[in-house]
Amino acid sequence: MAQQSSSLALRYGIIAVAVGGLALLFYGVANGLGQGRVTAQQFVDFQEGGNPHLGFRRAHAKGFCLAGEFVANGELSAYSSATIFQPGATPFVGRISIGGGNPTAPDLASGVRSLALSIGDKANLRWQTAMNTPPVMPVRTGQAFFEQMNAFRPDPETGRPNPERVAAFLAAHPETQAAREWQASYTATESYATETYNSINAFYLVNGRQRQAVRWAAVPQAESHGRGFEGDRDDPNALQNEFMARLDVAPVVYDLVFTLATDADDENDPTVRWPADRQQIVAGQIVIHSATDQSEGLCNGINFDPLVLPPGMAATNDQILQARSSVYAESYRRRAREHFYQQGME
Amino acid sequence: MSTITTYSLAARIIHWAMALLLISLLLAGLAMVQSLEPWHLTLLSLHKSFGVMALLLAIIRLALRLSQQQPDLPASVPHWQQRIAQLSHFFLYAAMFAMPLSGYLMQSAAGRPVSVFGWFTLPNITPISMELYGFLREMHALIAWGLILLVLVHIGAALHHGLIKRDGVLESMTGLNFSKEQKPKD
Repeated sequence: MAQQSSSLALRYGIIAVAVGGLALLFYGVANGLGQGRVTAQQFVDFQEGGNPHLGFRRAHAKGFCLAGEFVANGELSAYSSATIFQPGATPFVGRISIGGGNPTAPDLASGVRSLALSIGDKANLRWQTAMNTPPVMPVRTGQAFFEQMNAFRPDPETGRPNPERVAAFLAAHPETQAAREWQASYTATESYATETYNSINAFYLVNGRQRQAVRWAAVPQAESHGRGFEGDRDDPNALQNEFMARLDVAPVVYDLVFTLATDADDENDPTVRWPADRQQIVAGQIVIHSATDQSEGLCNGINFDPLVLPPGMAATNDQILQARSSVYAESYRRRAREHFYQQGME
Repeated sequence: MSTITTYSLAARIIHWAMALLLISLLLAGLAMVQSLEPWHLTLLSLHKSFGVMALLLAIIRLALRLSQQQPDLPASVPHWQQRIAQLSHFFLYAAMFAMPLSGYLMQSAAGRPVSVFGWFTLPNITPISMELYGFLREMHALIAWGLILLVLVHIGAALHHGLIKRDGVLESMTGLNFSKEQKPKD
């Protein structure tokens, strides 16, 4: 009898271990088992700062929608089989925004300006790019980026970043040098239409077996007068209004300039600028015809995931690029849920 | 009254293949939405491709289920347990369809292509809508947790039949008829 009951206990034990073990595995994986030290959820939690603006993007919350077309000249078709680069025009939906999570922040307060494009209307041929004014990233990994955000977080007492924490972070991350040099040399222009927007991360152009690492930039055709913004600086929508007034007169145009890497360049490292003598190819023009408020425009529903690439383009193993895609998806999930429940965006 | 004690070989193969596939898909789904690592994109595209495979297998499986005789539960299983077994199987089948369909539809609502191993791309069949994506994305996660719960109950019940009751129910799906050939010693 004793043997029988101990054997029965063993068999119940096997069941408990099998079911409990699998349950634990699901629970663990759902809670970060096997992940690096930072997850997409932690990133977006940080961006929200415990006080999300419901319905809005968690980063680059302030912005407006664009419509226009990318007019390719065919110069890139030797490097990429993407139909977008064949001579001709492809319509896009775009968005100009500023950095930060506050959807009502003053346009002039932000240090980062962005141009995002979703080019082409066929899902499997679409090309999305989210470009920013800085040409490089300060760090190479999502983990380091998260540390940077923490180091630069304003001290609740002073309202400014803690200088000791900033210094400690910078000392530990010498790869931030190129980004800091750029930051020191950069002055914001008077208009979104006179900024240069950079892909930052590198990608591959693919044509058959041939693969070429590239970065690109939207380079404005309008020239900056170099004196900065001269209108009403107290208008929170100063730059948006300036841009719309500009569009009433004529389309805003940028050249899409590709820079080709050589074997000396590491396409997986977004912290290093490539030398100025690298070959550049103008692939065509980004022509913006109209702009609308983001609550009414088509851009609001778009997650400008930079890994949405057409056949003929491919992602590099740049860790920041991969991290951007995951974090954008988490932000989009939260925002979409709020839209479904009709929360926020008022 | 069913005259067979074991599921057909086809039903057993598809059961165990899908068990492995669905558990892998669930784990991959939970991991990939958090990951900042470079394997994130690879896992995401594998999840989509194998998700479409899972839908095709679910269709074949349902056809098998409807066209073939099933072994009955032994008469020793109380009526209420038989009802619960039926109900849980119904929900398992429902989840096998709802999981990949909600995944496909949510990608469609987000305007994202679902490419199957790069062989072909599924057409977008919904309007592009953030509200619709928001609904379907939450459904996809909710159904996933429902399926996880069902799978755990299913495994627990199957092992209970196989190790405690030893009534041949587990063997009807493993095809290994221990309980018939060798009498339990204890």
